[in-house]
Amino acid sequence: MRHLRLVPDNTKIPFMRMRRWTFPIAAFLSIMSVVLFFAVGPNYGIDFLGGTVIEIQTKDPKPDLGKLRGSLNDLGIGDVQVQTIGEENSILIRIGQQAGGETAQQEAIGKVRTAIGDSAEFRRIEIVGPRVSGELAFNGALAMIVTFAAIAVYVWFRFEWQFAVGSIISAANVVVMTFGFYVVTQHEFNLTSLAAILTTVGYSLNDTVVVYDRIRETLRKYKKISLGDLIDRAINDMLGRTVITTMTTLIALFSLYIFGGEVIRAFTLAMIFGVIAAIFSSICVAAPVLIYFGLRSDAMNDKKKDEGAAPQKA
Amino acid sequence: MLHFTRWKMIGILAIVLVGILAAVPNLFSKETVDSWPSWVPKRQMVLGLDLQGGAYLLYEVDKQDYVQRRLRTLVSEIRKAMLQEPRIGYSGLGVQGQGVQLRIRDTSQLDLVQKRLQPLQNPLGNSLLGGTAINEFDLTVGSDGLVQMSYSEAGLTQRIRQIVDQSIEVIARRIDQLGTVEPSIQRQGQDRILVEAPGLGDPERLKSLVGQTAQLTFHLVDSSFQTGQAEPQRKPGTIVLPGQDNPNVQYVLEETPLITGEDLTDAQATFDQRSNEPVVSFRLTTGGAQTFGDVTQKNVNRAFAIVLDDKVISAPVIREPILGGSGQISGSFSVQSANDLAILLRAGSLPAKLTIVEERNVGPGLGADSIRAGKIAAIIGTAAVCAFMIATYGVLGWIANIAVVVNVIMIFGIVTLLGATLSLPGIAGVIITVGTAVDSNVLIYERIREEYRSGRSAIASIDAGFHRALGTILDANVTTLIAALVLFYLGSGPIRGFAVTHAIGVATTMFTAFTFTRLLVALWVRWRRPTKITL
Repeated sequence: MRHLRLVPDNTKIPFMRMRRWTFPIAAFLSIMSVVLFFAVGPNYGIDFLGGTVIEIQTKDPKPDLGKLRGSLNDLGIGDVQVQTIGEENSILIRIGQQAGGETAQQEAIGKVRTAIGDSAEFRRIEIVGPRVSGELAFNGALAMIVTFAAIAVYVWFRFEWQFAVGSIISAANVVVMTFGFYVVTQHEFNLTSLAAILTTVGYSLNDTVVVYDRIRETLRKYKKISLGDLIDRAINDMLGRTVITTMTTLIALFSLYIFGGEVIRAFTLAMIFGVIAAIFSSICVAAPVLIYFGLRSDAMNDKKKDEGAAPQKA
Repeated sequence: MLHFTRWKMIGILAIVLVGILAAVPNLFSKETVDSWPSWVPKRQMVLGLDLQGGAYLLYEVDKQDYVQRRLRTLVSEIRKAMLQEPRIGYSGLGVQGQGVQLRIRDTSQLDLVQKRLQPLQNPLGNSLLGGTAINEFDLTVGSDGLVQMSYSEAGLTQRIRQIVDQSIEVIARRIDQLGTVEPSIQRQGQDRILVEAPGLGDPERLKSLVGQTAQLTFHLVDSSFQTGQAEPQRKPGTIVLPGQDNPNVQYVLEETPLITGEDLTDAQATFDQRSNEPVVSFRLTTGGAQTFGDVTQKNVNRAFAIVLDDKVISAPVIREPILGGSGQISGSFSVQSANDLAILLRAGSLPAKLTIVEERNVGPGLGADSIRAGKIAAIIGTAAVCAFMIATYGVLGWIANIAVVVNVIMIFGIVTLLGATLSLPGIAGVIITVGTAVDSNVLIYERIREEYRSGRSAIASIDAGFHRALGTILDANVTTLIAALVLFYLGSGPIRGFAVTHAIGVATTMFTAFTFTRLLVALWVRWRRPTKITL
């Protein structure tokens, strides 16, 4: 039986010659993301902004959204956004942060409850006060920085410092681009989105380490070939694996995106984007960084030969 | 790499079996599992509030409000202390920022002032670190007669800690009385309390029970004013409070309460015998009964106000002395509100006002939908990945799939054993693990393929493939594991929910890659003795 081969054997794609194009593209996308982040900004959800989200399901299968919007906006609790999600009678109501702090938020919810009354089932209510939202944002940023630091140390310990720098630059590139994705799509950015980004970091590092591992091995094997050609060879050798793994991850993510329900759709979409960005980044950013930071071909020679191999021999 | 001793084989299979068995109870309903014999593992997964529905309420002690109240009490305590014989003349007694200050007229009395005010500093017990007692208030007596009692940073922090502890007890008692829900109540940080009530769809009743201070006091109504009159000017020693039902009605009351909630021994919701309205009947302690008896005897035909959290519930006129130490509170209650008030009075009042700083409620309907969607996505995702693997690798694809399925079951088993909470992001974590767990197999197989193409024999290729790929798998997964662990320790809510299953997933992935997959491949090699590899 012939098996499915997505990538032919013995590919010789000159990735490092392509870096003259891909590296600037990655840099451009990252810079654009940062610019957009400050110029436009993501659509922060209540986790980071504070405020209230209510999800209701009306008994009427075709509710009058305009009427609901009108009656809620007459309550004197600021601008109330009303939109359907999924089904026509699943409605998401967003209320901004109230001027009177936490107590005022509770009062606002009370008003909405009375206004809606028995006409709908309350499926979800989330209220985040101004103090908590600040803390959540801080903790998220802290988690990201600590992750980066811990991984840099591990990679430095297992490889060379150039690899540590490269993996961090590559992961940062993925994070920045995923932020950019949130700005461009204006999907709500909340704690779950942060989880998506942090997961993408993990995935990106995983992928980078696999590529680096192969580069290290190739470095030891061929001493006379230039670094660029070595890296090309390593990436081409791993191309089959990279494509297959990306495929299976994307298959899993797409099934989550399609069937996983409304609640985590945005989360999965960001992950799908992140996985693609991660693959791009580990080939087009992480690998060339090694050249830019002057990794020498003999850097690996004084290290123990079988380092990184399986701990046990059968 | 392909040789396993018998004991190693048994060990690997035993671990896999334990993981699978731990996951089994989750396939059955709670009732079925309960009916099993006692030696069978019965533990089931704890579902997060987002999956089973429930309420998450984060309360914070209202520091500002507490300090203001406490300082007002301190002012009247100081006033009383100064009035003792011999009297100490003072002026300008009042709240100043985080403290109280006053000026003593006769500076020769300063030693006496020091002695009288010292007991009001209120030692708060030993601090955890130093072992020295922290006072709630710092006392400074200036030689010019300026006296200040104010909160120190440490004093306030310690006091807030105590308040949180007391509040947790009170809340636990209140919820206990409710009987129907079993929420968890935990301290969170310095000044917060987290109440989680799984399965509770509508938390309004819980909120009204938990969040109410329930400070009950009885005050005499100042008779120089007509009840119900809004009268801004008042004598010193009186307070003006609004009515509960109609906030426009103002009552002028004597500031010092006759009795407080502390004097109650019992409270029950009943019906008034004449009007048949729901009321709350109460019994007083012996001391409370005595005071109340004395006061009512002296003040027949005057009104007294029943005040709950600075609102007047009702202000009945004393028709005759109330000597028996029991009475009832009426005030347009419904059966439930009378019942709730009785619970609040029995459980005692909160030492400070609590505000909700974060609240998340998920109705059971949405939770059930999420579980259903998660299941479908997990099944379809796993099936699609499996199909892809078979198309790519044939027989070895089947082995990879067995490993992946075992992997997923083991994740659920470990989550169950650890008592970790499975949330919707957690399910996402499992599904992503499916995608990446395959990666370890792909790494191995691609390596085997490469070795074979470089001219080795089939079995030598398989051996070398495992040998070389496991190093890569180790490095790649440790990096991911580091990320997942950091997220677990620093993240909250959905981030943590995701990190739990993702971290466990990475661990099981490494386990299966290093042992189980290798064992399966070894068994296959022993059985088929392949001389060619078609990958």
